[in-house]
Amino acid sequence: MNEQKKEEMIIRLVNVSKVFDETTAVENVSFYVRKGEFITFLGPSGCGKTTTLRMIAGFDIPTSGKILLNGQDITDLPPNKRPVNTVFQRYALFPHYNIYDNIAFGLKMKKVPVTYRNEKGETYTKMQKLTRREIDEKVKNALAVVDLEGFEKRSVSTLSGGQQQRVAIARAIVNEPEILLLDEPLGALDLKMRKEMQIELKEMHRKLGITFIYVTHDQEEALTMSDTIVVMKDGCIQQIGTPTDIYNEPANAFVADFIGDSNILNGTMVDKLTVRFCNRNFRCVDDFERNEKVDVVVRPEDIEMCPPEQGMLVGRVVSVVFKGVHYEITAMVGRSEMIIQSTQSRTVGELIGMNIAPDAIHIMKKELTSNRYDGYITKKNTVVFGDGEFECDVTTLYPGSHLDEDGYLITAQGEKIDLTDADVSVEVGLTDIEISDNADEGGARGHIVSLIYKGDHYQYIVRTEENEEDFVLDTEDLWNENDYVSVKIRPENIHMKLKQEIK
Amino acid sequence: MVRVHFNRRQLCIPYGLFLALFVVIPMLLILFYAFTEEVDGILTFTFSNFLNFFTSTAKLSTLLMSFTVAIISTAICLAIAYPVAYILARSKLRRRNVLLMLFILPMWINFVLRITALRELLDLVGLLGTQNYLNTIIGMVYDFLPFMILPLYTTLEKLDESYLEAAADLGANPFTVFTKVTFPLSMPGVISGITMVFMPSMTNYVVSDTLSNFNITILGKLIDQYFTTYDNWHMGSMISIILLVIIFLTMLATGGFKDDGREARGANLW
Amino acid sequence: MVKRIVSVAICVAVLLFIYAPILLLVVYSFTDSNVIGKWDGFSFALYADLFRDAEIMQILFNTVWLALVAALLSTALGTAGAVGIFYSKRKFAKPLQAASQIPVINAEIVTAISLALLFSALFLYRTYFSLIVGHMVLCTPFVVLSVMPKLKQMDPNTYEAALDLGASPSQVLFKVVVPQIFSGILSGFMLSITLSLDDYIVTAFTKPPMFDTISTYVYNAVKNGTNNSTPALRALSALIFIVMIAVLLVINLRARKPAQKEAAK
Repeated sequence: MNEQKKEEMIIRLVNVSKVFDETTAVENVSFYVRKGEFITFLGPSGCGKTTTLRMIAGFDIPTSGKILLNGQDITDLPPNKRPVNTVFQRYALFPHYNIYDNIAFGLKMKKVPVTYRNEKGETYTKMQKLTRREIDEKVKNALAVVDLEGFEKRSVSTLSGGQQQRVAIARAIVNEPEILLLDEPLGALDLKMRKEMQIELKEMHRKLGITFIYVTHDQEEALTMSDTIVVMKDGCIQQIGTPTDIYNEPANAFVADFIGDSNILNGTMVDKLTVRFCNRNFRCVDDFERNEKVDVVVRPEDIEMCPPEQGMLVGRVVSVVFKGVHYEITAMVGRSEMIIQSTQSRTVGELIGMNIAPDAIHIMKKELTSNRYDGYITKKNTVVFGDGEFECDVTTLYPGSHLDEDGYLITAQGEKIDLTDADVSVEVGLTDIEISDNADEGGARGHIVSLIYKGDHYQYIVRTEENEEDFVLDTEDLWNENDYVSVKIRPENIHMKLKQEIK
Repeated sequence: MVRVHFNRRQLCIPYGLFLALFVVIPMLLILFYAFTEEVDGILTFTFSNFLNFFTSTAKLSTLLMSFTVAIISTAICLAIAYPVAYILARSKLRRRNVLLMLFILPMWINFVLRITALRELLDLVGLLGTQNYLNTIIGMVYDFLPFMILPLYTTLEKLDESYLEAAADLGANPFTVFTKVTFPLSMPGVISGITMVFMPSMTNYVVSDTLSNFNITILGKLIDQYFTTYDNWHMGSMISIILLVIIFLTMLATGGFKDDGREARGANLW
Repeated sequence: MVKRIVSVAICVAVLLFIYAPILLLVVYSFTDSNVIGKWDGFSFALYADLFRDAEIMQILFNTVWLALVAALLSTALGTAGAVGIFYSKRKFAKPLQAASQIPVINAEIVTAISLALLFSALFLYRTYFSLIVGHMVLCTPFVVLSVMPKLKQMDPNTYEAALDLGASPSQVLFKVVVPQIFSGILSGFMLSITLSLDDYIVTAFTKPPMFDTISTYVYNAVKNGTNNSTPALRALSALIFIVMIAVLLVINLRARKPAQKEAAK
């Protein structure tokens, strides 16, 4: 960070965490906000964005970490002593005051230094309350900013939601705060009103020149209004960047999924600037280690449809929804689902080809914690995935169930279920896979295509021949690349989930 | 959500101390007195008050009589209040609010004066001095009727019309609608009314004294007598404990603990 | 139509039962007769007697004075208590609320003797102190019960908004919280007044020996058989009935109108 940037930093959070009765709302968050910036915290509910805002406002005190305002530590300063004002989601206007008194509330609390000159000609300053005239003037100006001139004497209950929101904004900005905090301020408004207010807020930000810190769960709102977006999840920051950066270069699959619509696919880097997904190799512009498991993100509008014979991918259309500006077409490519946005329509059942340009393929490092597969249950109550067949415990699909003599599953409620061909998602931990020389011993077979030494163990990737499915495993044993091995997994280590309820 | 560290929580300290000193400790004192007796100026632990109560025919018959009077009074109250509350809540009579207020207005007027007025009326019709039990029951009903009407009205008024329409739609006749839908749904009101009437009917001795010319001793009067006439506070405390157990059991039986008592006392009138 | 007639008949009958004694007393307060049932011509003589009776006037004064003091103290204590309980953590709030319910559920005679036991142990039995505390024990829980729902209805963000706008915690309390719960405080106060005016049993066990309220005076007059020899008491009752009914009707009808308009919106 260079010196100039540091100077214009207005607020800075350093390793801030907040724990409420054992649940961590915000975990070790650090970031700074530049003076005059419009910054937005974006994330699903419960991601810690509102708690972060409340800590800046002073309503919640961080469990650990520091908050610096213009370089000064304000971590424990009560809210009434902070030069920061908040616009609340549900307005929080005082119902017992009229509009004037609501807006004047903060001004009446305020004391400002006034300079006097005594008989000796010495100057001295005294802290004084604002005069009635000054307050009148400021209230009038604030009402003008929010387009509510002449509303002074109205009572809160006579205003519409949008008008109340404007009063709430006026009540905050009239105090000329250094930072304006907005906690989902448009959340309670209807769509049309919300769009209007977005533009107005942005305009207000431009005119007033103060820093806006905005909280929302609406990604479109964040993209429209912000200079900078902070994406949060589970109390942690996922990515900080401009709207364009966040949209075009999401840092991980979560961000990609949360911002805009996207197809997220499992892929593997098979060569330099080449990624393999949906059983096909694609050229791409991001480079990662060979054989690394990656998340591939493709925006629906970046998939071009073409006749099947010309497409890199071929899929069958399963649904078409008209969305006003475009059609949203869902196609199945093998067992993967692709969402396509296009101005052209297709009919359900049709075969289509799809092309994706290299720069439309966004590749993200995968935080690999387990192997995930799509599989199905056989007649013998085994599970097929990753080009192999494995023994498994199907009773884990239904808590409290058991198998009868004929191999049917009996649920805890006594229902009899035939699991044959049921689609399941399978998860296997990295340390739960064993490999062996004996080709007949395991459920699947393949060559070791990669081995990485990770300090105290090796990480291997075993790739099958038929569909090039990968098994990633951690073990201390040493094997060689290109060894042909079989993959063994104990039934209790195969974690399965039904994709659909069996009828 | 953890709130800003501030002294507004400390505002409950005076009230907490007040409750501890003037509510909790006095209740513990009753317990203490109930299980002690004074022998040669020294307080000693004893069960004799307890045994004495349950071996004394006079005390047990007082308890039984008091219980009977309270049950009859409560039943009559309910029988009168239910139709009134039902009419007020469900019929299309004009100015229902004013009517309701006329029914519950007496609870704001000093009850000693109202009972004395009733005494004059009973005197005029010749019941005073001849029908002590009847008079007491009339008095209890007279005094506590509003406490029964109000909670019943509140629940009946809140009753969603669509339940009744649904029942009728499914083929129930008006009588069945009442017995299968209206009455079961008004049970919270019935219960809170019963708890508001039953207990005072066992204890409010001003009513029984005034209307029976001091000839009927209900349980509340018995406690009063042990304190003021016989000067045996230990026995008085024991009877109080027994009364508390009865209150507790009736509340347990009716589930009346859920009620905050406020509605039943008509506090929402102000 | 039949239903309507039955409805009206039931209402009229019950109202007659409720108001007959009151009406009887009011009517016979306008005749100078010692016993009810004997009409000696229309006269204000009993009222004249009433206002000349220094003892009764003193008792009237005592009753009102006691009610005002007890209600004011109860309202202050109960409002602070409710705010404190509302903002406290559950583990503190729960026991307080439970203790607060005791006087509400308890039989009055038990409350009365419990206070008698306490004050005799403290050597304060039958003093003004024990009397006022006794009435506060009766009233304060109802103030808490009146204020609590208003606190719950309050938008919790208004408290934070006021802090945010620079008000100190105590300023917030008086400028934002109290105004929003004021209707609850007021109804708690009114309720306290009526509970205090209505009380006999606790008063009887806590009052100083030479102090009387209307309740204790009238009860004792009945007990000693002297009530018939003071017909002025009839005028007192009648006066209280008339005044109370008039006041209550006016307050409630006025309070209900804006509420209905609000509800109609």
